Amino acid sequence: MISFRVNGKPVKVDVDPAMPLLWVLRENLQLTGTKYGCGMAQCGACTVHIDGQAVRSCVAPVSRAAGREVTTIEGISPDLTSPLQRAWIELDVPQCGYCQSGQIMSAAVLLREKPHPTDEDIDQAMTGNICRCGTYPRIRRAIHRAAELAAGGAK
Amino acid sequence: MNATVMERRDFLKLTIGVSGGLLVGIYLPEVTGASGSLAAAPDVFAPNAFVRLAADGTISVVCNHSEMGQGVYTSLPMLLADELDADWTKVRYEPAPVDPAYNHPVFGVQMTGGSTSTWSGFEQFRKAGAVARAMLVAAAAQQWNVPPEKCTTANSFVINPATGARLSYGELAAKAASIKPPEKVALKDPKDFQLIGKPLKRLDTPEKTNGKGVFGIDVMLPGMLTALVARAPSFGAKLKSFDAKKAEVVPGVRRVVQVPSGVAVVADGFWAARRGRDALHIEWDESAMANFSTRAQLEQYAVLARQPGLPARKDGDATAALANAAKKISAVYEVPYLSHAMMEPLNCVVDLRADRCEIWTGTQFQTGERMAAAQITGLKPEQVQIHTTLLGGGFGRRANPHADFVSEAVHVAKAAGAPVKVIWTREDDMRGGYYRPAYFHALEGCLDANGAPLAWSHHIVGQSIMEGTPFAMMIKDGIDETSVEGAADMPYAIPNISVELHTTKSPVPVLWWRSVGHTHTAFVKESFLDELCAAGGKDPYEMRQALLANHPRELGVLNLVAEKSGWGKLLPAGRGRGIAAHASFGSFAAQVAEVSVENGQVRVHRVVTAIDCGRYVNPGIIEAQLQGAAIFGLTAALHDELTFEGGRLQQSNFHDYPMLRINECPEIEAYVLHSDEKPGGVGEPGVPCAAPAVANAIFAATGKRVRKLPIRMSEAV
Repeated sequence: MISFRVNGKPVKVDVDPAMPLLWVLRENLQLTGTKYGCGMAQCGACTVHIDGQAVRSCVAPVSRAAGREVTTIEGISPDLTSPLQRAWIELDVPQCGYCQSGQIMSAAVLLREKPHPTDEDIDQAMTGNICRCGTYPRIRRAIHRAAELAAGGAK
Repeated sequence: MNATVMERRDFLKLTIGVSGGLLVGIYLPEVTGASGSLAAAPDVFAPNAFVRLAADGTISVVCNHSEMGQGVYTSLPMLLADELDADWTKVRYEPAPVDPAYNHPVFGVQMTGGSTSTWSGFEQFRKAGAVARAMLVAAAAQQWNVPPEKCTTANSFVINPATGARLSYGELAAKAASIKPPEKVALKDPKDFQLIGKPLKRLDTPEKTNGKGVFGIDVMLPGMLTALVARAPSFGAKLKSFDAKKAEVVPGVRRVVQVPSGVAVVADGFWAARRGRDALHIEWDESAMANFSTRAQLEQYAVLARQPGLPARKDGDATAALANAAKKISAVYEVPYLSHAMMEPLNCVVDLRADRCEIWTGTQFQTGERMAAAQITGLKPEQVQIHTTLLGGGFGRRANPHADFVSEAVHVAKAAGAPVKVIWTREDDMRGGYYRPAYFHALEGCLDANGAPLAWSHHIVGQSIMEGTPFAMMIKDGIDETSVEGAADMPYAIPNISVELHTTKSPVPVLWWRSVGHTHTAFVKESFLDELCAAGGKDPYEMRQALLANHPRELGVLNLVAEKSGWGKLLPAGRGRGIAAHASFGSFAAQVAEVSVENGQVRVHRVVTAIDCGRYVNPGIIEAQLQGAAIFGLTAALHDELTFEGGRLQQSNFHDYPMLRINECPEIEAYVLHSDEKPGGVGEPGVPCAAPAVANAIFAATGKRVRKLPIRMSEAV
């Protein structure tokens, strides 16, 4: 039995400790916002936070989460009010949308560490997240916009 | 009139059933049953297949095209809502079930592809909205006892201007349901459009921003198992034997079953299925393709290119003009097989029962898959229902006339005896075939005394996409249009043009890939024209202007990108600009790329891209499509190729088939031309110019000509 917290709630799962966290989240906990894209930490679609750090959950064994706090896209805000979500909606970032959970999870760490990122900061922080639809130009703008929204006292 | 009535009844039977909420992660087949036993709520107004109006005023637009990022779940509702004079904040989208009522109005089957969704729905969805509006007006007029023509509509209200009385659409829904649909309705004059032409926000962004959107891979059914299939390691390989003993003892593995495509490991979840599959021992007979390699194929193609092919175009006498030319320019171009590499790998959920088969998947080709599932199960097509989820990218891969991923999942469900989700790993997806074909092009050209192109001879060698599919009937005189489109219909005013096609056979399955034939013909046509410009000492933009003098729409986008990019103005040292123009899917596109090359590395700094797609519906979505299309084209130009050795594909995942990433993404300026012309395609036309614009820019920057994709400076000449 492995215990950890997901989006603030305690969970216990009885699974192979080597099972990637991604599949525990998606199948055992039915949090399907975190996506499978490559299975080898190449695309970033599976990005979640463990104790605030961005982690590619497709290669992270669930044992790594034991006793720690996991945040998924579902935990970013209950009602689309986080600055990142507001900016994503304002600028209509997603196309197919499949990679966007991972994009937002990576961007969240960036904004925490650098509340006013430059384009270079964005490129560096977001390079691990592939978008096949090519939403990068809008992702760049939306991260800047989210930084403004956050600075404006938004929650 | 009969047709309308039928349509309405079919609609009631078939669409109400799926209203049960695609926003919910768990589906209950008992509730969303294909039998359509649920009757419409009495106060739901459903005048035709495409719109439902509830008593609370919510308007659901039923979309017969799949949402794969191109924005149809917004653009199609905009068309309908505009004619309906609907309050846009009350408009929702809903995926259509599979039913002939939702067939593509041009292709006659239910599918999404060819950049056709918005233009083919342009009248269809507007009419559906106008019919609903007329019935709501009639209902209000009856209630007020006034002639309907005295009523107006706005923002989901019917209004009687004489009295100032207003009735909301929601209030009128029940009464409108009893009104006979009009046989004819007038459509708005475009100057009266309220929504069409405006950059409205996409309706699907919230659910794509909070993890709630349901893609095929997210569907879960009670009692559902998960399967991975061990497929042939090379195309055409035969299963000789397999030993499942070690797989069967992996915890969580329920059973191991043979299916036509390989061996399926059916388990409680992905991880158990994956570990089970890893533990399988399978013997394959790979002799069918053992000698196949990319190098051997290209050598064969090069030989074919020197022989006469089937004529796809013949203007004047290119052979004679070239024979008499003082100077000829010759070049060969190569492009590789490409994978669609959608971010969501293929997957499909099947719940097969004695009397029905329900399928949940992100698909572009519902009709073909329904037919395939019916054939495999022995059920009638009407007993097969397909619930179209969001597609995590399509790009053509989910429009397979062979119905590969759905057929396989039905076979697995049949053998497993339980609802099952088949998931393809990224490696499975990349190695599963159905690629953009590899092509070889050989060209010769010559110039007249003024340095303008006089003759153009073009041989295209490669596989047919349509051969062996129901689309093969579209092959005329041996010419598969998708092999030569963009080359055979080249608009440039060159007096002698010859285009010939050599269609080859190969064990590698091929398919349409975002912008299809234009992916390679535009690269070759626009690059070779650049070669002729250079040979004649002409500016590539001015030469194109001259050759397109009688093509105003091509000229319009060409001039726009030249102007916006500052064509002709000085660039920093080491940078070059390249230009390309190409019409496809009823639209006209052009791009200018600005690049530099340092230590053999190509860096694209800026792309200016433009489209004339006729009358447009949502310029915000089109801008995004242009940006994405440029990036899609750049990815192929800069990075990707699939290669074979000993019959096996050598690439498997994003480490050896890389995607363009944000740090390589240039500044992209996208322009959408205003136009009153007939609407054209949007999703694909922005792709073809990317590679030639970059290749031509590399020539401008370095004097080196790129004739092979992906671009490697070591191979430029």
